[in-house]
Amino acid sequence: MPMDMELEQVLRPKQYPMAPYPPKVITLANGKKMVVRQAAREDVPEILKSVHPCLFIERDYYDIVSARLYGELLAWYRYRVKSEYCLIGQVDGYLVGVVNGRMENEKVGMSYHTLAIDRGLRIGSHLFAAKMEYHMEYLNQEEVLIVAESPIGFRRWMIEYPLEETNIPHELGGGDSWRLTRETYFKAKPRLVVGERPVPEDLWEQATRAILFADDETIRERIAGLKGR
Amino acid sequence: MRDVAVIGVGMIPFGRRDEDTLMDMLAYASLKALDDAGLGDKSVDAVYVGNMGGGVIQHQTAIASSLVDRLSLLPAAAETVENGPASGGSAVKAGLLAVASGYYDTVLVVGGEKMREVTGWRATDFVATLTHPQVEYPYGITLPGMAGMFTRLYMEKYGVTREALVSVAIKNQEMGGLNPYAHVEMAITKEGIFDDPAAIVNNPVAADPLHLYDACPVSDGAAAIVLCPLEMLKSPAKPPVIIAGFGQATDTQTLQEREDPTDLKAVTLAAQQAFERARLKPSDIHVAELHDAFTILEIAESEHVGFFKKGEGAKAALAGKTRLGGQIPINVSGGLKARGHPVGATGVAQVVDIVWQLRHELPKNRQVKNAQNGLTVNFGGFGNNVLAFVLRRVEK
Repeated sequence: MPMDMELEQVLRPKQYPMAPYPPKVITLANGKKMVVRQAAREDVPEILKSVHPCLFIERDYYDIVSARLYGELLAWYRYRVKSEYCLIGQVDGYLVGVVNGRMENEKVGMSYHTLAIDRGLRIGSHLFAAKMEYHMEYLNQEEVLIVAESPIGFRRWMIEYPLEETNIPHELGGGDSWRLTRETYFKAKPRLVVGERPVPEDLWEQATRAILFADDETIRERIAGLKGR
Repeated sequence: MRDVAVIGVGMIPFGRRDEDTLMDMLAYASLKALDDAGLGDKSVDAVYVGNMGGGVIQHQTAIASSLVDRLSLLPAAAETVENGPASGGSAVKAGLLAVASGYYDTVLVVGGEKMREVTGWRATDFVATLTHPQVEYPYGITLPGMAGMFTRLYMEKYGVTREALVSVAIKNQEMGGLNPYAHVEMAITKEGIFDDPAAIVNNPVAADPLHLYDACPVSDGAAAIVLCPLEMLKSPAKPPVIIAGFGQATDTQTLQEREDPTDLKAVTLAAQQAFERARLKPSDIHVAELHDAFTILEIAESEHVGFFKKGEGAKAALAGKTRLGGQIPINVSGGLKARGHPVGATGVAQVVDIVWQLRHELPKNRQVKNAQNGLTVNFGGFGNNVLAFVLRRVEK
């Protein structure tokens, strides 16, 4: 599609400089190694392929989380969001989870979404923790504003950390935000933030060679299968 | 008293069954058992339904009356049996006595529960309604909390280690992964839930010293069996399995009133009664389904029923003696830990799994070779109402 680059410069939000997220590896309950790394903007079309089947899963609010995540990633890809990032989890090269957020300003982070594509392994917990780690330890922010769309998210973030309630409207829907401060983060870190660096070469090579995706049917079964995994 | 045979068994996959009502699940399991029994158009004389939470969670009572109508089994006698997490076992007992006594010839026993309709917190609170209403519940006790305290005492008294508990969790989830009816089909590793630093997140403390993977999941599910007198089986299509003996015993409601809270007297008594009635010994049992709502319970019950001496259960688990192929395979189904624990269904599901074992109908990777005798233990309250059944394969 032809693009008026002059107008584009107006439409594209200015970006804050963002330090990269250093990749890490986490051992899951089943013994598998999950590589957590930052996705590049160019990875978005591929990642959306895994988000798409989740749009039609009502269980545990996957539909709304996926629909919003899809829009956020697309906005990032098309340069319509300010200072967004995306972290992904991969096991054996396969995409098993996605988290994203952005810098509201230099001091405040805005947490967007956490999507676990494989369930029952606390992948969502690990990736959310990685997201908070990024805001606090690499972007050096003072606080992150968070909301949860599902009861599972509420348990995992608001209660487990725990977060403090504010009356600051959140970007996702305008509801009251919950805040993670540096103090809360570093207090929670020993029990919630794990992973080893550097990522062993073989795992890194496998993860970066290509992002592999389960087929739609498998993704739907993993998330919404009768077994409730 | 007549010998009572289990002529039909059925189960539906346990898990989170958003699409089914409690009645749907009970009906599906019943139809499977009736079909397995090959009753054809013949009806049953009575129906016993084990259920703990219909009145609380679904706001539905008189469940058995509803089920007979749903299944077109009118005018069969129908009764709902509530006995906490031992509701299923109590329903089996009711059916067993009804047939053994000669009052009824063909009885359907179903157990079912739909617990995932509410949040995990509410499900935990619902199960906690079995605790003492004045001296326990108001102070916030839950079953995981009780199990945690029990585990701590057991560790102190018998030297049970977390490694032993972890070994039970790994074994049962490994077996659950092979069981198409299991809620949890995911194998776990010691590295992932114990050794690796990430285990602190993968397997967090639930009720110290118990961790997430020490506890059974909250499940939906149902299971059913059909009973009739052995003497009525002329040329059975499947090897008959009889309930050779049962036992039931109670204990104080609160743990602190027990002389030794680590002593599960009701388990010992129930098992002893079941063995005596079956004229068998613990060493005659080839496969057992024990009530492992928490990993510690599999270890403690394996001692209290007489498989191992007190204090030896954990060592046996670590040594692989309770695995398939070991001295006494326990919870080859995955147990409550992996098959799941829809409370009212559990006591019936245990019998279903043992019948499959004794009929030798399971795939090789789950079948205990040449199993002839099996034991089930259904543990109500925190060991204050326990049922045990000894099942035996008979050649006819």
